[in-house]
Amino acid sequence: MSEDYRDKRLNVAPGTHVSVQKTYKLYIGGKFPRTESGRSFPVLDESGHLIANMCLGSEKDFRIAVEAARKAESGWAGQPAYTRGQILYRIAEMLEGRKYQFLDELQQTGATSEDAEHEVNASIDRLVYYAGWCDKYQQIFSTVNPVSSSHFNFSVTEPMGVVGAFAPEENGLIGLISVIAPVIGGGNAIVVLASESHPLSAISFAEVLNSSDVPGGVVNILTGRRTELIKHFSTHKDVNAMIYAGSDSADLKTIQENATENVKRVVFWKNTDWLVEDAQSPYFVMDLQEIKTTWHPIGGAFGDGSSY
Amino acid sequence: MDDNKRPAPSLQFKTDWEYSPAPQGTGFVKIKERYELFINGKWTKPRSGKYFPSINPSSEDQLTEIAEANADDVDRAVSAARNAYEKYWRRMSGKDRSKYLYRIARMLQERSRDFAVVESMDGGKPIRESRDVDIPLAASHFFYYAGWADKLEYAFPGRSVSSLGVVGQITPWNFPLLMAAWKLAPALATGNTVVLKPAETTSITSLMLAELIQEADLPPGVVNVVTGHGGTGTALVNHPDVNKIAFTGSTEVGKIIQRAIAGTGKKLTLELGGKAANIIFEDATIDQAVEGIINGIYFNQGHVCCAGSRLFVQESVFDKVIHKLKDRMETLIMGDPLDKNTDVGAINSLKQLRKIREYLEIGVKEGGELYHTSCSIPSKGYWVAPSLFLNVSQSSRIVQEEIFGPVLAVQTFRTVNEVIKKANNTPFGLSAGVWTDKGSKIFQLTNQLRAGVVWANTFNKFDPASPFGGYKESGIGREGGLHGLSAYLNYHKII
Amino acid sequence: MNFNPLHSPAVDQTGVHERVSKFRKRSIKKSSKVDALKLALSMIDLTTLEGADTPGKVRQMSYKAMHPHLAYPGLPSTAAVCVYPTLVKIATEALKGSGVKVAAVATAFPAGQSPLSVKLEDTRFAVSNGADEIDMVIARGEYHRGNYSRVYDEIAAIKEACGNARLKVILETGELGSLDHVRRASDIAMHAGADFIKTSTGKIFPAATFSVSLVMLEAIRDFYYDTGKMIGMKPAGGIREAKTAITYLVMVKETLGQAWLTNEWFRFGSSSLINDLLRQIVKQETGVYQSFDYFSID
Repeated sequence: MSEDYRDKRLNVAPGTHVSVQKTYKLYIGGKFPRTESGRSFPVLDESGHLIANMCLGSEKDFRIAVEAARKAESGWAGQPAYTRGQILYRIAEMLEGRKYQFLDELQQTGATSEDAEHEVNASIDRLVYYAGWCDKYQQIFSTVNPVSSSHFNFSVTEPMGVVGAFAPEENGLIGLISVIAPVIGGGNAIVVLASESHPLSAISFAEVLNSSDVPGGVVNILTGRRTELIKHFSTHKDVNAMIYAGSDSADLKTIQENATENVKRVVFWKNTDWLVEDAQSPYFVMDLQEIKTTWHPIGGAFGDGSSY
Repeated sequence: MDDNKRPAPSLQFKTDWEYSPAPQGTGFVKIKERYELFINGKWTKPRSGKYFPSINPSSEDQLTEIAEANADDVDRAVSAARNAYEKYWRRMSGKDRSKYLYRIARMLQERSRDFAVVESMDGGKPIRESRDVDIPLAASHFFYYAGWADKLEYAFPGRSVSSLGVVGQITPWNFPLLMAAWKLAPALATGNTVVLKPAETTSITSLMLAELIQEADLPPGVVNVVTGHGGTGTALVNHPDVNKIAFTGSTEVGKIIQRAIAGTGKKLTLELGGKAANIIFEDATIDQAVEGIINGIYFNQGHVCCAGSRLFVQESVFDKVIHKLKDRMETLIMGDPLDKNTDVGAINSLKQLRKIREYLEIGVKEGGELYHTSCSIPSKGYWVAPSLFLNVSQSSRIVQEEIFGPVLAVQTFRTVNEVIKKANNTPFGLSAGVWTDKGSKIFQLTNQLRAGVVWANTFNKFDPASPFGGYKESGIGREGGLHGLSAYLNYHKII
Repeated sequence: MNFNPLHSPAVDQTGVHERVSKFRKRSIKKSSKVDALKLALSMIDLTTLEGADTPGKVRQMSYKAMHPHLAYPGLPSTAAVCVYPTLVKIATEALKGSGVKVAAVATAFPAGQSPLSVKLEDTRFAVSNGADEIDMVIARGEYHRGNYSRVYDEIAAIKEACGNARLKVILETGELGSLDHVRRASDIAMHAGADFIKTSTGKIFPAATFSVSLVMLEAIRDFYYDTGKMIGMKPAGGIREAKTAITYLVMVKETLGQAWLTNEWFRFGSSSLINDLLRQIVKQETGVYQSFDYFSID
């Protein structure tokens, strides 16, 4: 944190405004509850000064979040893709409008103003990028299949359902958005655990989501400890897929082992530089899509003899 | 208006005119007395020194004995595959790989009847199915993927692709050669080399395919076949130099494999169990729907992961459908798999026979009303008459669990929403069937059924161009079509 | 009408084709083949329906119907001969005492584009000349207009005019356009009083096909389920080969079963099938492939 910034904050001479500190809560089912466990963990700045007490999300918070996601998932998947695109674009608009709050928070947890600016801009662009994919990836990855029998056969993409995710530890904002956007852009609901060390902007981003026409429960954001929640994310049988955007091979192994409970799909997004444009593509969307193939007879295509 | 409830007069399908036996000749088929392992283009004795018998399930006669590969043998096969990968296959142009695959496809077509006969002898399936379904489809899979080998740059927009390396493939006993083709064709087309482990009760056609591959002059080690039981598969799954595992089989074993390769970086595709709903609406084309029910559950003795084993009939046409279904079942001919008129063959193994019988007992114990056809049961071999259970509910074990036999569980429903909920109320999600003459209802159903394959007004159709694979506990990934390629490739950004 | 033709079940053509292909793959060998060939022979309505038909032609054909192949004794005669009304008398005389029935195509065959009074007169004429069976055509024009009650009423009126003669109702499926319509027309005919339903006149292509016949057999089965009343089936037109006939028998066996495997309930309308059946029967019994030159073409 820059010296200037701290001076400004400590300047509490008579007559100056004493700032109202923000309470960071969880985001579940479109609401901002405190953790049911009543626990918290501190987020400190570089000099050890307390910035905020974050909710230390629990197993039960996670369970409730999965329930909220499951409830929201089919309605969200059933929205027209065009509508989902508009909503993702709306998120970008709202983020743009609240840009300075995010710059501020990123700087509080150690980013330079240039880095913060870069990350917030890239985050806005990423949302716009995926907003555009919402009604297009289907056309790229669906197929009409030329089967030999008298049937019309096509394969379409379909969201996997409820996705659990560990967001990237670095880049608390763009890492989180890079995980959320392709997942919900593809019609899934998500329960995501924010970066442990950079959680502030995750909850502020929840506020953006909450004012962006995203139906409650489509995105659920928890803060807390990976070590505590990894078992529950990876074993929960009503979670269809789990994204691990980290670099700890032991964690990945645990997730993959536990995923066998319900043959959960495990998506490993290697520790990437999430700020660059290479960190976005429709293949991230496709990682959370199933392919469904439908067959139907064609009348009159091949007769026995020459006719019906 | 209670016409539906009146008992209909019955028809007599035992007739004065019955079909004489029409056995497929077998004189031209050569099954060796003993099969060794196929490693590095050669037939080699197993380090284990052990052989196990392969039994004809319709006669209980031993057909041959087959080498049991141990971990050493698997290791030899994997190194052969690695060597072939580095030395030949990854360096070969797609165009040339393609020609090898076309060659295999053609040779399979040429020798199709040999393969069909052995498939029926070894696995118990009717010759009509092995001749008209298994073998032609196996050949067409090679044909389909052959053409992809030199066109992969068109498959994934914005990405270039590369092969994975050595692929371990484990196939099931229900469609032995066909599943080998499903696995080998895309793997080879994309430039990978393979160690194939067929199911222990039905290895012969995979070994015959190895002979064919040898004759087709594929570079040694590109395809290796290691036979054996579960331990052989375990050794393959756990081998550190294998880059990918492709497995078709039970959900139970699939989970063990998924766990075994956790954290190893190996890629994985799984085709696992199913408990498909086959849904008949009152506005269906009823006679074709009945045919779809028959094809859905009695095809291949019900040894089909995507079998339509849960039948849902709209209550208003329930009596009519069941009456027609029972009459249709009476016309099914069960018996010698090599008879050209046989519709239902032998159960694949004694183990599977016991499992099916156990489920029949469970079904009765749980209050289900068991009905089976009046066909006679041959004195030798493993047989289960085509069966169905009425009076079952979602909570019955025979509704929840995969039986993998000719046993249908029948339930009724009233509304579209009800049947969608019931159909999706299962840990599986492989396939589903829906029968209605109303277009919008079909699209509603195909939209909302959580299954990888939805057959609308048809059932149990397969094609190499058509992706196949499950949601939920029915597996991960797709086989067939363009989507089947991605299981065997890494993507890269085009630079 | 005491039923609604719009409630006839829909039919999926691809599904029907798939079912048919299974019937076609039945392998009928050895004694089951001989039995089938003889059964098929006994089910033939040996037919001549030409503008050039003469008493001489009909007498010769009638003789063939009674004695399909004199060189080979013990064969059944055909079920019937089928002629135009003006030749019924000739056929009746020629067949007297043989058990072979006389069927007449009436009702302004083949187009049926005449007033009902003419059709009734046509029918009464044939019956009074001794016809045991009347093969009528439905009014396809009225059918396509959706005037189902008119089609129904006409069949009912002809049935009445038949007296004791059995009525076969020709749907002329080649003009109906879809299997759904084949099913609906079958239902109309059966409810209106048909004793048999029959595919075709033989004057329109396509005539009898396996798919059309399967749909009609299923309609017969459903009618039997609903009413307990048996209706006969007669595919006609284009059936020339023994193999085709055997496939029809397979379809009957596996769709309707034992009761229909007799010429009381199943017929083939054909002029040329007979010699291929004979050729195959002789081949089966002698083991030697035959030439048509050895079988008479009356």
